[in-house]
Amino acid sequence: MELYYLTAHELGDLLQRKEVSAREVAESFLERLETVDVKVRAYLTVTPEKALEQAARVDAARARGENLSPLAGVPMALKDNLCTEGVRTTCASKMLAEWVPPYSAFVVRRLEAEGAVMLGKLNMDEFAMGSSNENSRFYPVHNPWDLERVPGGSSGGATAAVAAGEACYALGSDTGGSIRQPASFCGVVGMKPTYGRVSRFGLVAFASSLDQIGPITRDVTDCALVLQAIAGHDPYDSTSANLPVPDYRAVLTGEIRGLKIGIPKEYFPEGMEGEVARIVKRAIGRLSDLGAICEEVSLPHTEYALPAYYLVAPAEASSNLARYDGVGFGLRVEGNDIIDMYMRTRSEGFGAEVKRRIMLGTYALSSGYYDAYYLKALKVRTLIRRDFEQAFKRFDVLATPTSPTVAFRLGEKAGDPLAMYLSDLFTIPVNMAGLPAISIPCGFSQGLPVGLQLIGKPFDEETLLRVAYAFEQNTDYHRRRPELGV
Amino acid sequence: MEYEAVIGLEVHAELKTGSKAFCNCTTAFGGEPNTHVCPICLGLPGVLPKINRKVVEFGLKAALALNCQVASFCKFDRKNYYYPDLPKNYQISQYDLPLARHGFLEIEVNGEKKKIGIARVHMEEDAGKLIHVDGSGGGYTLVDYNRAGVPLLEIVSEPDLRSPAEARAYMEQLKAVLEYTEVSDCKMQEGSLRCDANVSVRPLGSREFGTKTEVKNMNSFRALQRALEYEIERQIAILESGGRVVQETRGWDESRGVTVSMRSKEEAHDYRYFPEPDLVPLVIDQEWIEKVRRELPELPNSRRERLIRDYGLPPYDAGVITSSKALADYFDRAVALFPDAKQVSNWLMGDFLRLLNASGLEPDASPVKPEGLAELLKLQQEGTISIKIAKQVFEEMFATGKGARQIVEEKGLVQISDAGELAAIVEKVLAEHPQVVADYRGGKDKALGFLVGQVMKATRGKANPALVNQLLKERL
Repeated sequence: MELYYLTAHELGDLLQRKEVSAREVAESFLERLETVDVKVRAYLTVTPEKALEQAARVDAARARGENLSPLAGVPMALKDNLCTEGVRTTCASKMLAEWVPPYSAFVVRRLEAEGAVMLGKLNMDEFAMGSSNENSRFYPVHNPWDLERVPGGSSGGATAAVAAGEACYALGSDTGGSIRQPASFCGVVGMKPTYGRVSRFGLVAFASSLDQIGPITRDVTDCALVLQAIAGHDPYDSTSANLPVPDYRAVLTGEIRGLKIGIPKEYFPEGMEGEVARIVKRAIGRLSDLGAICEEVSLPHTEYALPAYYLVAPAEASSNLARYDGVGFGLRVEGNDIIDMYMRTRSEGFGAEVKRRIMLGTYALSSGYYDAYYLKALKVRTLIRRDFEQAFKRFDVLATPTSPTVAFRLGEKAGDPLAMYLSDLFTIPVNMAGLPAISIPCGFSQGLPVGLQLIGKPFDEETLLRVAYAFEQNTDYHRRRPELGV
Repeated sequence: MEYEAVIGLEVHAELKTGSKAFCNCTTAFGGEPNTHVCPICLGLPGVLPKINRKVVEFGLKAALALNCQVASFCKFDRKNYYYPDLPKNYQISQYDLPLARHGFLEIEVNGEKKKIGIARVHMEEDAGKLIHVDGSGGGYTLVDYNRAGVPLLEIVSEPDLRSPAEARAYMEQLKAVLEYTEVSDCKMQEGSLRCDANVSVRPLGSREFGTKTEVKNMNSFRALQRALEYEIERQIAILESGGRVVQETRGWDESRGVTVSMRSKEEAHDYRYFPEPDLVPLVIDQEWIEKVRRELPELPNSRRERLIRDYGLPPYDAGVITSSKALADYFDRAVALFPDAKQVSNWLMGDFLRLLNASGLEPDASPVKPEGLAELLKLQQEGTISIKIAKQVFEEMFATGKGARQIVEEKGLVQISDAGELAAIVEKVLAEHPQVVADYRGGKDKALGFLVGQVMKATRGKANPALVNQLLKERL
């Protein structure tokens, strides 16, 4: 297989054995990117000089005989809401189209310390708001498995790039499913770690109490490797947990006998795409064949998760996005006075979906409505968390579809926000409860990938990886690559 | 009809922690614009706040000194409003679960003590500063974010104050407490201590509150008192003429001596408070509270009592001396060297404060140190110089920083207590004023004062007044 289609651990092995140089690997990816990104449009910014410079540094270090991380010299890319010092970070918004951060995110510094090679910054829905990547203010991303279809969102550029061989792995962010849903649509592995597992410092905030950074990779081993590199306490993120980080690769044994897996019945609702449900159930059957004990469970408040999410997330967003006012940084559209300047800047700088959510959130927090909306949503959030706590008294892991459908057509839901929101029906409750979850490829429906979502207990990413790895060892969905006609 | 004012004060004090509330930038005042900033206090995309433990500790100190109940669990909230000096367009503050509540501060006005309730004490961050520049085409505005993120303590009183004098006394006492606990510099001119007032009036005896206005922009104790006096008169005049007070925010215009409407109730902000999701709630354990309580310094009221008890100072003197920690510290040091406490207090309250105020200095920055004052008082006590000369020397010390003895010697100001030397001058004066001598002998006692004055004049104030008196009486 071409270098650009290998996994990180495979590339790491080749590099360690000096069968290839980091420079050769980087060049392979850069060439691939140049060939296919005209179709996929996963990148907003490509940084070839930076990539080659970082690769050269890794090669030099290896030549000196230094002991390097398995990720050293492996090319990756970052969702464009992760701050990179000296490289523009746009959030796919006009508001930040030319903004160059003076600092790098915690996770970026972590990866740099591992010797990562950064290829560039990835397309996304504007400010991570969307489920199809059509809300990018630059251009939409195309699904590598069918260029007429969306890659999912909001980390659609990231999952498409990893699927298309344009990056070996990527970091995305997940507020309501933004890593897992596009991972499912693009046939790659995507994990949202427990809230607090990975520092958010340097992630441009959408909804602070829900946002979490996570790996997007080609297989579960890579997911463990990347999580290992980015997890851990950061004193600059008060919400990051001060807990030890286990050795994630050590749990990749393939052994899941006796493990209890719950199947929440609310995650297979009527009206869901029959083929997706069938494929996911078949995948769960596979887990049971491997010795896991699979039983149905109920999470009774599931149906309230989506409406509650669309109060909490926009409320926080309305405040988080208030700083884009044309005063200190980012876009400024001059006006007659300060209010006029604010209004022109924000009217032009933000797209329709971002405006919609700012309005929703502002309304939900307004005096007289706070108790009925925001406060009520927080109460619902507690109920959802309790549902999961109950379920985890009996089960080690929950298994569900990642999304009710496979990738839909570009434009298909663009005019119908509610239909679009339903795409995150199964991922949103996980963010509301702050739990870890992973989406792994578990089959294809008419040539399009289907994702299996595994949900774990707080800070038990290990069990997720263990189950996901066992499944992967007995299937080959993760080895399939899209045709892309090149 | 007789009216009564109801006043509550909201005071903001900048905490003098070394670094800002949520980042590591310095809180130093007066740096070049936008040099005490970082991505965090500039509110750049992606940053997160990190609470500075010192801020909580300073808040605890102040809250305990104000007799508050400290919350074992409190949280931060976002106060959302757009203003160009506010980098994130929200302020991290505390809303429904503040650091502390239910305290009180004791004030004394016209010899009467009164407890003023403290409703709450909470922590928040300061905003930057706008500098408006006039120019052709309407001018423009510059923003300095050095102050953005500097920690503030907001201290809200109950509506227990009944007069501008009480409000001023409360503010002075509060300043003293914050200075004594060393949590704030309390410089009203630099804006490190700011105050807004909620004011209403009601017929004396009524139990219901009248409609209140909020008065802002009062930058000194004097401004506070004047603004309140004006606002109370204004409200009474409205009611007297059958009108109704409008609930609104008004600004004090110092130069015109009036309050003017800034915005009405309808234009009031909806701050859309909600819990700050980037900070975890603060759990303050009892151990920490007790530790801070144990380490509290002596507070103004108990220090005042101590000065009355130990030195026999009149309550008024003790109040003035302890109103400022620096002044009280100065007093303690001076009294240790010159144990006549009343003398020291007289000097401090008189010439010392007069010269300090005139030069805008704080007691600890005085050119005359406690050692210098004690030396001067000793010279006077031992009769080397007269009281009049002492005052003259003190001014000289203040102006030049020289020691008392040095000035006395350089200028030849040593008191003349030699009877022989003075006798000659007395003779001369008597000879020059035969009519006055005759008056005195004729029964006009006052004439003696004139003759003493003439002797003093002839010796340029250096004559020992008691001796001059004695010599004159002998000769007459």
